[in-house]
Amino acid sequence: MGNVLMQDEGIGVRAVEELECRFQIPPEVQVLDGGTTGMELFEPMRQCDCLIIADAINSPAAPGSLVRIANQEIRAFFQTKLSNHQLGLSDLLALLRLKGEAPNHIVIIGMVPKDLENRIGLSAEASAGLPAMVAMLRAELAELGVELAPRRQQGKGHWQRQADLELAACA
Amino acid sequence: MTTRITVDPITRIEGHLRIDVEVDEGKVTKAWSSGQMWRGIEKILVGRDPREAWTYTQRFCGVCTTVHAIVSVRAVENALQLEVPLNAQLIRNIIQTAHAIQDHIVHFYHLSAVDWVDVVSALDADPVAAAKLAESLSDWPLNGPHEMKATQERLKTFVGSGQLGPFASGFWGHPAMKLPPEVNLLAVAHYLQALDVQNHANKIVAILGGKTPHIQNVAVGGVSNSIGHDAPSVLNIERLMLIKNFIDKLEQFVKSTYLVDVPAIGAFYLDWTQIGNGVNNYLSVPDCPQDTQGRVFDLPGGYIDNGDLSTFKPITRFDDAYFRDGVAESSKHAWYEGDAALHPWQGSTEPQYTDFQDEGKYSWVKAPTFYGKRAEVGPLADVLVGVASGHKGYQKYLNQALGTMKAVSGLSEIPLTALESTIGRHAARAVRCAVMLDTLKDQWQRLVDNVGKDQDTFNAPVFPKGEIKGVGFHAAPRGTLSHWVVIEDAKIKNYQAVVPSTWNAGPRDADGQIGPYESALLDNPVADPHLPLEVLRTVHSFDPCIACAIHMFDNEQSEIIKVKAL
Repeated sequence: MGNVLMQDEGIGVRAVEELECRFQIPPEVQVLDGGTTGMELFEPMRQCDCLIIADAINSPAAPGSLVRIANQEIRAFFQTKLSNHQLGLSDLLALLRLKGEAPNHIVIIGMVPKDLENRIGLSAEASAGLPAMVAMLRAELAELGVELAPRRQQGKGHWQRQADLELAACA
Repeated sequence: MTTRITVDPITRIEGHLRIDVEVDEGKVTKAWSSGQMWRGIEKILVGRDPREAWTYTQRFCGVCTTVHAIVSVRAVENALQLEVPLNAQLIRNIIQTAHAIQDHIVHFYHLSAVDWVDVVSALDADPVAAAKLAESLSDWPLNGPHEMKATQERLKTFVGSGQLGPFASGFWGHPAMKLPPEVNLLAVAHYLQALDVQNHANKIVAILGGKTPHIQNVAVGGVSNSIGHDAPSVLNIERLMLIKNFIDKLEQFVKSTYLVDVPAIGAFYLDWTQIGNGVNNYLSVPDCPQDTQGRVFDLPGGYIDNGDLSTFKPITRFDDAYFRDGVAESSKHAWYEGDAALHPWQGSTEPQYTDFQDEGKYSWVKAPTFYGKRAEVGPLADVLVGVASGHKGYQKYLNQALGTMKAVSGLSEIPLTALESTIGRHAARAVRCAVMLDTLKDQWQRLVDNVGKDQDTFNAPVFPKGEIKGVGFHAAPRGTLSHWVVIEDAKIKNYQAVVPSTWNAGPRDADGQIGPYESALLDNPVADPHLPLEVLRTVHSFDPCIACAIHMFDNEQSEIIKVKAL
């Protein structure tokens, strides 16, 4: 989840894009760019057995730091109101619980953002942390018994290309 | 004068509405409606190819995206006097009616029902009594005692967890909450069922539009859907039957639940039929064209002056001069240069920010007028225009809704003027949703009938040298939407959008007349200024598609509360 037009706000989208570019995704895994939508994610989320969310997360830790929050910790986390996206995401998770359709296992892999300006492209800190975030997502899937095999040819994702263009235009 | 500064939260929601009210002796005496976000897409469009404008205008909003795509191509087609193949009209009509149904259901159940429904009180309900009441009003199959009991059990666990999610900012126990526990339980059950139902409408939009939000299939001159009988990658019989399946599911919910719940809940809030009266002038445009030229419509349009249905004057064609010549927008109280009321083709969007000035400029939203008068747009206007024009569907479902309200309240008569109120807007939206459902069925049937003999979906546009002008309009879920375009040598020279929330949420106009939101808020009761539920109710009744920051001021103009609502 995240807004790719606001730099590190879009780290979650950039991380899953990178995951898809570098690894083959088996059919039992669905990778989704949740963007800035809210209720639209209700339908895909209710169909999940396990839900892994990549997102930007506010925390006192240094920019680029990675955080893993799972299951029961998520509720406690929302009580402290730290995430920019808590409104949409916490509401969705609450509704899924109320409907009795919440995924069995929910994990948030979050990164502390550095820059949130209206610009495409990550800060140096977020870029430096991106490979580790992708590795965490891969490890999370491995925990669930899904080993991602590397792609033989690794492409460049759409938002990575856009960020490169923006960088070139500013130079 | 106290200077007020508002810092809006950085969110991903598309724009902000700020409402300021002054309260004296428990009633609102002054109101200001202020759009807190600069849109600016009009300026981006200047110099671009008119055929691609719709991809940009769709980004006006993150909620009602499709409407800005369809109305944009209509504006360019109007400028070119371009005929649109019937299949394309019907496909657009299906998309827009399905979108309207989804929008209305979500607005009532998920965005505004909690203004009226005390979710926590549902825990005290007798599920058997709730089921009995529900079954006396409707034949919806999910109203039985087991369903009510299961809903209550889940709610108990949920509330016990202390994580109320979307209900966390509710006004539980507020003195203005009046529903018995059984009705509250019924509403919660339907809230949860509506989550499933609204998705059926979304799927119709996605099947035809490629995706939602932000459909991909419109084009100046038609749509990009190919039609075939059994080829797998085109609009074929299988896809059409899938759509029909979703329509049937929607119909059952809309007619047996939504159209029943709103008047039933309204019957417990009869005082709210006397609150929230707006500017009383109503504007609605015709929609769902049934021919290639936009001269025959399924849904009527027109204008009603001062709530008097006998003044109804129809708008009948896409190129109707009565609509085209009547619209103007003033920036006198908006953060743009100039203050004269300008026709949208002459309109400009040059920013001139001054901070919030009570008597000066205070909004990014301009103030539109129709022949010099403020007008309310949206379902209430659509229903009144529908009834005034003699549209059978509007009359039928309005009678049905008023009948339910009478049965539950025990009143023998409910006048039409009860609709011109805060609760009336919700009732009108439910009535419109039922009309949309019949229209959707009808458009689907006509498409199925037509594709057997005609697979045409696109008529290529040709742009002349020199200047041409066009207007496109659409009866969108929140009301009359129009896009105005001036094209010179095949490039956009000027583009202006007059959106429903411009009509309703606009600030004072060039003559100092207040807008519909501002007017509807006057005399609203406020029992507890720290919990201004009543103000939220009236603003929400218009279905603002923007996050709404309500600021309450006492007589000394010191800010006493800031409430953020969605």
